[in-house]
Amino acid sequence: MAQNRPIRVLVAKPGLDGHDRGAKVIARALRDAGMEVIYTGIRQTPEMIVEAAIQEDVDAILLSILSGAHMALFPRIIELCKENDIDDVLIAAGGILPDEDIPAIKALGIRGCFGPGTSTDEIIAFVRENVQADRLSAEV
Amino acid sequence: MQNIVERLLSGDRRALARMVTLIENEAPAARRYLAELHQHTGRAHIIGVTGAPGAGKSTLVTRLVRELRKRERKVGVVAVDPSSPFSGGALLGDRIRMMELAGDPQIFIRSMASRGSLGGLSASTRDAVRAMDAAGYDPIIIETVGTGQAEVEVMRAAQTVLVVCAPGMGDEVQAIKAGILEIADIFVVSKADRPGSDQTVAELAMMLSLDPARRQHDKTLPYWKIPVLRTSALKDEGLVELADAIQQHRAYLDASGQLARRAHRQVRSEIETLIFHTVASALQESVSAEEWQHLVEEVTARERDPYSVASELATRLGLSHT
Repeated sequence: MAQNRPIRVLVAKPGLDGHDRGAKVIARALRDAGMEVIYTGIRQTPEMIVEAAIQEDVDAILLSILSGAHMALFPRIIELCKENDIDDVLIAAGGILPDEDIPAIKALGIRGCFGPGTSTDEIIAFVRENVQADRLSAEV
Repeated sequence: MQNIVERLLSGDRRALARMVTLIENEAPAARRYLAELHQHTGRAHIIGVTGAPGAGKSTLVTRLVRELRKRERKVGVVAVDPSSPFSGGALLGDRIRMMELAGDPQIFIRSMASRGSLGGLSASTRDAVRAMDAAGYDPIIIETVGTGQAEVEVMRAAQTVLVVCAPGMGDEVQAIKAGILEIADIFVVSKADRPGSDQTVAELAMMLSLDPARRQHDKTLPYWKIPVLRTSALKDEGLVELADAIQQHRAYLDASGQLARRAHRQVRSEIETLIFHTVASALQESVSAEEWQHLVEEVTARERDPYSVASELATRLGLSHT
């Protein structure tokens, strides 16, 4: 049972932009791929996102952002994860992420960056491949 | 590093979160941990919140938690949403409405997918509640999936059950009379700022006045008169009264001996469930997929009957029963 358990994913929208169609499309696609998706709604602070990730004990955090504030918000999210010893959770981002920012985003430890036009299959495959296997196999 | 049980008992939120994951995934260690936690449980008041989809359960829970926080309680919430019967996946959206509770370390919210259970909860909801209880959360609120008529599992998990009805579902009140309405300890008419709430309150009150148990009741024992309360999240009304009623219900349960009776019933059903579970996994192990295929074909072709097949398999598991 434990080996086949569903992957749990937090889909979160940090910052102030109010457009969450993309986040909802991703959430729906991951659900249809058999994952349990916790969606937090729009306008989340880094603190809210990390707290939700802790309480829900998710395997992955997917951040959706369109506002351009990613270089202000992502480092804070990563910092809070470190403060809380979250070191086994896959973190990826999607939305409007300019090419020149991507090396800096990846340097933070955010493993995937997905822009407009990415297929949902690609994101599903990315999550499946990168969620840490030891989290999913027989636990403790 | 301390073990997860000690960390949970000392209030470590990550340990609690991980414990719920282990419980949910039926990890081999989970039963052992739960056995260790058992002696630290039984303190929390467990409140179930149920009602039709869209009745306003998540919003009500959010406002109720806020009221309980004003009363200095450390509140746990388990919110159950349905799993897709096709993909097994789930979209757990209860946190969206609970956003205003974020950032308070005295609140712990966990979303759970129903994972195929049909009673309005998931199979591991009760154990997740137990873990929160051991971690010192009191009360703990269980929000069920949106329910219809028969998802009454919450009565086996909670001590006080709130049934939430939105106005404008007049006929529905009639329709669900026999199922879910029977398990209410408190009725909540939500969205009371909307037209039709008076009628919903009146219909529920009418239904309750017909309850025969109420007329036959032994007047010397404490009696719980099921209240019909109205709340409006929009106007922020009715939450103080609701939190009061919940506390009064708990006091009634204590005074009347009902709490012990409910606990007795719940523990028994829980042990039975554990045994069913054990038998189910033993069966899984002792019958191969091919054998299943073969047996099913025999029964379908009317060469054998299902009763003798069941009896044969039961004997193999050491359960001899005619």
